[in-house]
Amino acid sequence: MALKTALMGGIAAMALGFGALAAQAEGVKVGMITTLSGGGAGLGLDTRDGFLLALKQAGEAGSKVDLIIEDDQQKPDVAVQIADKMIQSDKVDLLTGIVWSNLAMAVVPAATAQGRFYLSTNAAPSALAGAGCNPLYFSVSYQNDNLHEAAGAYAADADIAKVFIMAPNYPAGQDSLAGFKRFYDGEVVSEVYTQVGQTDYAAEIAQIRASGADAVFFFLPGGMGIAFMKQYAESGVDIPLIGPAFSFSQDILPAVGDVALGKINTANWSPDLDNAANAGFVEGFRAEYGRLPSIYAAYGFDTANLLLSALARADVTDKDAFRTALAAADFASVRGKFAFGRNQHPVQDIYVREVVKDGDVLTNRIIGTAMTDRADAYGDQCGM
Amino acid sequence: MLLAEQALNGLQYGMMLFLMAAGLTLVFGVMGLINLAHGALYMVGAFACAAVAGATGSFWLGLGASLAAAAAAGALVELAVIRRLYARDHLDQVLATFALILVFSEGTRWLFGAFPLYLTLPPALSGAVTLPGGLQYPLFRLVIIGLGGAVALGLFWLIGRTRLGIRIRAGEADREMIGALGVDIARLYTIVFALGAGLAGLAGALVGTIQSVQVGMGEPVLILAFVVIVIGGIGSIKGALVGALMVGMTDTLGKALLPGLLARVTDAASANAVGSALASMLIYILMAAVLIVRPQGLFGVRAG
Amino acid sequence: MTRETLVNLVILAALIGTALVAQALGEGFVVTLATKAAIFALAGVGLNLALGFGGMVSLGHAAFFGIGGYVCAILASHAASGQPVAVLPFTIAGTNEMPAIWPVAMAVSGLAAGLIGALSLRTTGVYFIMVTLAFAQMIYYFAVSWPRYGGDDGLSFYVRNSFPGLNTFDPIQYFAICATLLVLALGVCALILRARFGLALEGARQNPARAQALGIRPYGLRLTAFVLSGMIVGLAGALYADLNRFVSPAMLSWHMSGEIMVFVILGGVGRLCGPVAGAAIYILLEHLLGGVSDYWQVLLGLLLLGIVLFAPGGLVGLIAPRRRHV
Repeated sequence: MALKTALMGGIAAMALGFGALAAQAEGVKVGMITTLSGGGAGLGLDTRDGFLLALKQAGEAGSKVDLIIEDDQQKPDVAVQIADKMIQSDKVDLLTGIVWSNLAMAVVPAATAQGRFYLSTNAAPSALAGAGCNPLYFSVSYQNDNLHEAAGAYAADADIAKVFIMAPNYPAGQDSLAGFKRFYDGEVVSEVYTQVGQTDYAAEIAQIRASGADAVFFFLPGGMGIAFMKQYAESGVDIPLIGPAFSFSQDILPAVGDVALGKINTANWSPDLDNAANAGFVEGFRAEYGRLPSIYAAYGFDTANLLLSALARADVTDKDAFRTALAAADFASVRGKFAFGRNQHPVQDIYVREVVKDGDVLTNRIIGTAMTDRADAYGDQCGM
Repeated sequence: MLLAEQALNGLQYGMMLFLMAAGLTLVFGVMGLINLAHGALYMVGAFACAAVAGATGSFWLGLGASLAAAAAAGALVELAVIRRLYARDHLDQVLATFALILVFSEGTRWLFGAFPLYLTLPPALSGAVTLPGGLQYPLFRLVIIGLGGAVALGLFWLIGRTRLGIRIRAGEADREMIGALGVDIARLYTIVFALGAGLAGLAGALVGTIQSVQVGMGEPVLILAFVVIVIGGIGSIKGALVGALMVGMTDTLGKALLPGLLARVTDAASANAVGSALASMLIYILMAAVLIVRPQGLFGVRAG
Repeated sequence: MTRETLVNLVILAALIGTALVAQALGEGFVVTLATKAAIFALAGVGLNLALGFGGMVSLGHAAFFGIGGYVCAILASHAASGQPVAVLPFTIAGTNEMPAIWPVAMAVSGLAAGLIGALSLRTTGVYFIMVTLAFAQMIYYFAVSWPRYGGDDGLSFYVRNSFPGLNTFDPIQYFAICATLLVLALGVCALILRARFGLALEGARQNPARAQALGIRPYGLRLTAFVLSGMIVGLAGALYADLNRFVSPAMLSWHMSGEIMVFVILGGVGRLCGPVAGAAIYILLEHLLGGVSDYWQVLLGLLLLGIVLFAPGGLVGLIAPRRRHV
């Protein structure tokens, strides 16, 4: 099992030179399970760093969060075992941090069944948003379909007549294409499912070349997207690419390189989003870690602040009160406006971004809004 | 046009598999050794290329470094570990080389971190060229096809026409005899192992350039290389070449054509799902079929 | 009582004792770790039947581990949703009763072992290793790309299946189930190996030509052992699925095959309780070394190398040495 990193929020507070006063309200014990090794480590590191930054900026309030962090190695069985250990042995009140939908599906239902809160910093599969919703489960990031829906809405608005759509052959990939088609009204010339973890896209690029599409929508998270874009650039095909934020987020842009310039993607957050919380977050993150934050860091930061806001209002042992406090979402989100819907998933605006160069650094800039106050397609099926 | 491009893709994939399978089949044919760590040497080549190309800015130096580093790592591993395994049974070989994978993978992660590395092609090799008939195709993939062909010719020449080749063939036929004839077997084995490792390293660097360089990249390719040499027959370079091209073509064309073919008999969504599931199993079905007809592989002379 | 039998009993007692002490101290997670060790040990016992006693170096046993796991998860998820698994002339309904799941898991993985074994056993030596590996990969890729049961995401079933009269969610009670099955499997293996079948298998492994001259047909014998081996590993897979309430293609990956093999080797090939010691040590190492360094697998790799090169009898072999089979 991975290196056990036990970090006390209190250390951060003391580093700032505050005397630790005796806590007025009881603290909360939080278990963070995230990916800190392997090909997907970049996402987990940013989730963790965003979360820690929020605790540090909160000063004394942040010291009430007793945080245990463990690496799931992006393996579902490892995640389940860590969750069991955190619940049975460390007696945490709340779990958070999982990046991947399949790991979330393995951990979240068991955690809520054992009476623990779960705040999602990223993955939010449809199975947990509709009939499978749970009073103890909150998604702070989005519902999985959201960014893909926004890409469909953007393509419809931009009057793109024919698209080629592509995603890996697994549930999140199928949800992605379904989400895109939900709001796209043009013609889908071809719908292609690739292998999970595939690294060579020559065959798909040949199909794209022959398809006669006006644009390509693709959802290929992590290394798959990097490989695809690099090979696409070499192929001489010049049909424009559209994707969700994951393929253009700050953690992978350096690897993709200038090939990414000008590409359109949809996101519910961007480093240039104009609000005070976001300015403080981006500056603070850059000062603390020496790099620009990715969208995963933004979700981690928001999740920690949501937790702190609830902690100020209620005690975690009083589950109903704490749940109400979480649902109020009384915190300054880096996304500006933020509220929870009935199924405890966000209601938020989703933007269209373009990859630009800021000095030497590739980053994203908002160029429009794809959807306003978007909730999700599953809330009606939630019985809460 | 689409079919022609897919056929080129299959050819390129096959050539890459050949570079992997050639070393594996040589090592087995000459030393009777099953080497699971062959994929780790492929990874070493890719990382060496990425590191040297990153430090010097020259892709060509990186490519040379990949050959050198993988061959050196191969020679080192042969001297330190593999040498003790020739007389052992296959189980010990499997385990020791499995252990080597753990050491190489985690060691590389330690040195280079958990993030994938990416290589940039030199301008001379990047972009697409227009082939006769108007087909646009990435230049670098054509280079891989050419390199694979050149390596195949080189190996046939080496095995068939040189002194080293005579010794290798003699070593396959009768190990004791060539020792008795005064050939330094230990040195021969180290050379053959390093040669196979160097080819794997070269393959790793080439593939790392179009895809990505990351820990564990060698394992899926290793298993495909096994399928190739089981089909082609262990110990046969010709078998490795034919097997590699068969596997490359079957896989690429299967993935490209199966969903479309199935869509004629069933609805598009399930044709897609079933088609891609079936396509990913196709090469194993091919292997099973070959085994039923010829358990020793297409060009194999002995079974096991 | 031979020295080896004594060592065997001590190893089993240590595993069970660890769980009981941990339970008494309220360390629920250690009980879970002991359960994991018992399940991996069961898988190792299964592989040992083919590998150690039958001389078949299979690098594809993850296939049976995963199939057992998927059978468990698929039946359980259908029991939860209330939809039948299949409507043939008769209806196959889901179930969440362990006593019903286990035979199905063993039957399906036994069937798979029959098919894979029938083809693979046409080959020997290094071909056999690669062919078993390749068949396991084929099933792995099928599981990854077949979306009906989660594909690469895997399949969760939230609630551990039930066993009449027991609360399976209680770690120590689930450990009791797994440990009992492990002891049963060890007993069955001991009986088989002492019976005519076991002696013939041993004979066919040590000297195929002589066995054939004696009228023993090694193919049928090996295939039977391979199927039995697959069934035991399949049962372990079903238990592992219930431990995590989750299955994914990772259970089918060739790393899993390698790990099961490592349990057998760490303990000592062809020794009845070798896999128990091997699995327990593996879990212990993972837990201890994992706490020391992120890169604990380097240490594991070096340790394995050391054992292969210098202590071919495994760790049980160090304590209870005997002449090695050639």
